[in-house]
Amino acid sequence: MRYLITGGSVLTGAGIHQLDVEIIDGSVSRLEPGIQQDGHEVTEAAGKWVGPGFFDLHTHLREPGQEWKEDIASGMAAAIAGGYTTVVAMPNTDPVIDAGHLARQIARTEPIRVIPSGAISLGQQGRQLAHLDDLWAAGVRIFTDDGHTVADAGLLRRAMEYIAQLGGLVAQHAEDPGLCRDGHMHEGSVSSRLGITGLPSAGEEVIIARDLRLVELTGCRYHIQHVSTAGSVELVRSAKRAGLPVTAEVTPHHLMLDHREVESMDPVFKMYPPLRSPDDVAALREALRDGTIDAVATDHAPHAAFEKDVTFEEAPRGVVGLETAGSIVHAAVGLDQAAFFERMAIAPAAVLDKSSGPIAIGTTDVIVFDPGAEWAYERPRSKSANSPWLGQTLRGAVTEVFTRSGLVSAIEEGVQ
Amino acid sequence: MRDLLSVDDLDRAAIDDLLDLGDDFVEVLGRDVPKVPALRGKTVGLMFYEPSTRTRLSFDRAAKALSADVLTFTPGGSSVSKGESLKDTALTLKAMGPHLMVVRHKATGAPWRVRDWTGLPVVNAGDGAHQHPTQALLDLLTLRRHFGKVDGLRVAIVGDIRHSRVARSLAGSLHTMGASVTLVAPSTLLPIDVDSWEVDSAAGIDEVLGEVDVVYLLRIQTERGGGEVFPSVAEYVSRFGLTRRRADQLPADTVVMHPGPMNRGVEIDPQVADGPRALVTDQVSNGIAVRMAVLFRLLTSEVPE
Amino acid sequence: MYRHPRSRLGGLMPQVMTSDDLDRAIRRISHEIVERHHGTDGIVLVGIHSRGVPLAEQIASNIESSEKVRVPVGELDIGLYRDDLASRPTTRLGRTLIPVDLSGETVVLVDDVLYTGRTIRAALDAILDLGRPKRIELAVICDRGHRELPIRPDYVGKNLPTSGHEKVSVRIKGIDDVAGVWITDGGDA
Ligand SMILES: [Zn+2]
Repeated sequence: MRYLITGGSVLTGAGIHQLDVEIIDGSVSRLEPGIQQDGHEVTEAAGKWVGPGFFDLHTHLREPGQEWKEDIASGMAAAIAGGYTTVVAMPNTDPVIDAGHLARQIARTEPIRVIPSGAISLGQQGRQLAHLDDLWAAGVRIFTDDGHTVADAGLLRRAMEYIAQLGGLVAQHAEDPGLCRDGHMHEGSVSSRLGITGLPSAGEEVIIARDLRLVELTGCRYHIQHVSTAGSVELVRSAKRAGLPVTAEVTPHHLMLDHREVESMDPVFKMYPPLRSPDDVAALREALRDGTIDAVATDHAPHAAFEKDVTFEEAPRGVVGLETAGSIVHAAVGLDQAAFFERMAIAPAAVLDKSSGPIAIGTTDVIVFDPGAEWAYERPRSKSANSPWLGQTLRGAVTEVFTRSGLVSAIEEGVQ
Repeated sequence: MRDLLSVDDLDRAAIDDLLDLGDDFVEVLGRDVPKVPALRGKTVGLMFYEPSTRTRLSFDRAAKALSADVLTFTPGGSSVSKGESLKDTALTLKAMGPHLMVVRHKATGAPWRVRDWTGLPVVNAGDGAHQHPTQALLDLLTLRRHFGKVDGLRVAIVGDIRHSRVARSLAGSLHTMGASVTLVAPSTLLPIDVDSWEVDSAAGIDEVLGEVDVVYLLRIQTERGGGEVFPSVAEYVSRFGLTRRRADQLPADTVVMHPGPMNRGVEIDPQVADGPRALVTDQVSNGIAVRMAVLFRLLTSEVPE
Repeated sequence: MYRHPRSRLGGLMPQVMTSDDLDRAIRRISHEIVERHHGTDGIVLVGIHSRGVPLAEQIASNIESSEKVRVPVGELDIGLYRDDLASRPTTRLGRTLIPVDLSGETVVLVDDVLYTGRTIRAALDAILDLGRPKRIELAVICDRGHRELPIRPDYVGKNLPTSGHEKVSVRIKGIDDVAGVWITDGGDA
């Protein structure tokens, strides 16, 4: 198939330009103004942004083991709807991805890429190292016990030493078990009124502070998952200033919402880390703008409706995010086109040494984002709908997604 | 008024109305036949997910004194142990035809969920460490009957405030009624972010003895002998227990209250608990009257759709 | 605040008893009670909230001035005994106060208007929950007919045939600014 994207505002290596983009056999073949239409399937993109496909460092696909929430196929469909052309699958499946053969079962290249991550510890139990060499041989480059903080500093140190030697990356979900035990939401004025045990900001920050010392000790590359507090942002900022090999991600929901949402006691607002204070939200937005936080990551965490239809404290943690991330980040932070694609696509890929970048001849993953379009988020592609934005009209829509497989998504309904 | 979920939903006029009705029902409960047919034909569903005999009995008595029928659900040996969800249980109970649900559950917000699932009026009989509005109302009724008013009273709430729905409901409603509240507890048992509450706080009971009208004691969990939130029961008593010596220092007309069940010898001295200052038994009987008032209000007002 | 009853068309509705008529009727009922019981022994007057209470007081005063005996007066709120609570929510319950043990006594229930009989049915239930009198009688200022239950008054101030959409308004010293009885259009009730 021959595709032509005309009149869009294209992110190139030389800045933003009004150009036509021709895509043949899944990659960009020409990039210039006024390309003659000649049997192309044409996408009219005037007023829209053309850039690299989004890259998600943090997706829960639930396969194997929890396919009633999501599976790889439905997760990929949700990703495509949201403009993602690569997702990193978290290893907290059943069984946990702690060995190479399991990771190989997850990996996909068509229609979008699914990159498996591997556990740091066997079964994410925090006691013994997972089969790190085996995982490495299966192509795993990012290791995490996401959802279960590696609390034992000795174990984490050995994992960092081992993974640093392999050349991989340790990613940490920072939540001190002593400080956060029985916690269900941010510890603050709202949790105090509701009588719900909280997770203090310090519970995240002490783990990050400790881990940064281990990064100094081991030299391992370290990625902080879903940073949620102003204090964590400060730790990342000073670590980067000190030249440590540290990267960080933030979720769309932490950029948009704060703990006052939990006053409704609606389980849709339950996630870990929890929604923090308005000051934290402001610090996260600022950190994403100035690059202290490298990447947006969705922490897409599907749960079936019946699982969330319980009390707040009994509800499982997490929200879905793949389909709405672009809209929410655009609305919450207001980045310009170059910064938007930097945080949604280029920087997250760079965390994993994956190639992404401005549109150029040979680029395979291209999306079109219409910053002005309004669309109704009513029929999720994901199997799950545990989103605070379900049923709402959102501004900013991914309208086309091109991958190696060609045009894989063209939003047809709901966009004016 | 359609539901009673939180004291935050009650302004001063609404509380006064319920206390006025409560006074009327105290009179009814004092009659030779302490039962009236006001709610004949109505059915009250009691969903009690926690073993709380006192509150359940009080609601049961209140409903029956108004001639309502009662459907009681407690999870012991029921389908809950077989994994039935709160939602399914609520819908099952609803299918049996109650006109109102009274819900007690260990999780914050459970009564709100039951209201949303069933569409029935719901009375919160205690959710997690969040709210227990009928306890607050019975305490206010007890205070108003004793002092003639609540406005201007100085109340010290002593004990595990952080994990107490009683304290949350009482502090909020006392503030609404114009009383001043001082929370007295070790800092590990004071609420998180106590500055966001409309109260004062104190680090020992001796600080407040001379200047309170009401000492409201909360039950201290001694099952694990302290250790997690305070070093030992003995150390708790030394700083926060209402001992006889301390009770003797209270102004002559200061009263002592406790939501029960009491740990005699821990938060309260046994003789103080049985002494003339203690309003504990008044609290229990006023509890029935105030729950009658709540059930009566909710079940005799047409709900505008 | 007292407003002179008016019809919806703006005309004054007929006053059927003046203040003096009312006093005479109450005096007559007082005499009849004493006459029928050959004195005041064992009589307890119980006024039904709200206008029955001052009426019972007036009857007691009349008896006291003629017989030099003060008969006990109680008050009864029947709010909790009504069978239409859901459609007519009460704001505040009235006081129920029975000053003597009713066992073996003759209770004379006092109310302003007798209409469907449902109020009296509720009052009978309430009295029987409060004690076990030998006998219960009923005194009303106006009997306007339209009974829905087999209830008959023992003492009546005035029989007032009315239509169902009219309203009988009894106004009494001690509660209202002006005393008397009016028939009003039910619309402004
Ligand atoms: Zn996580």
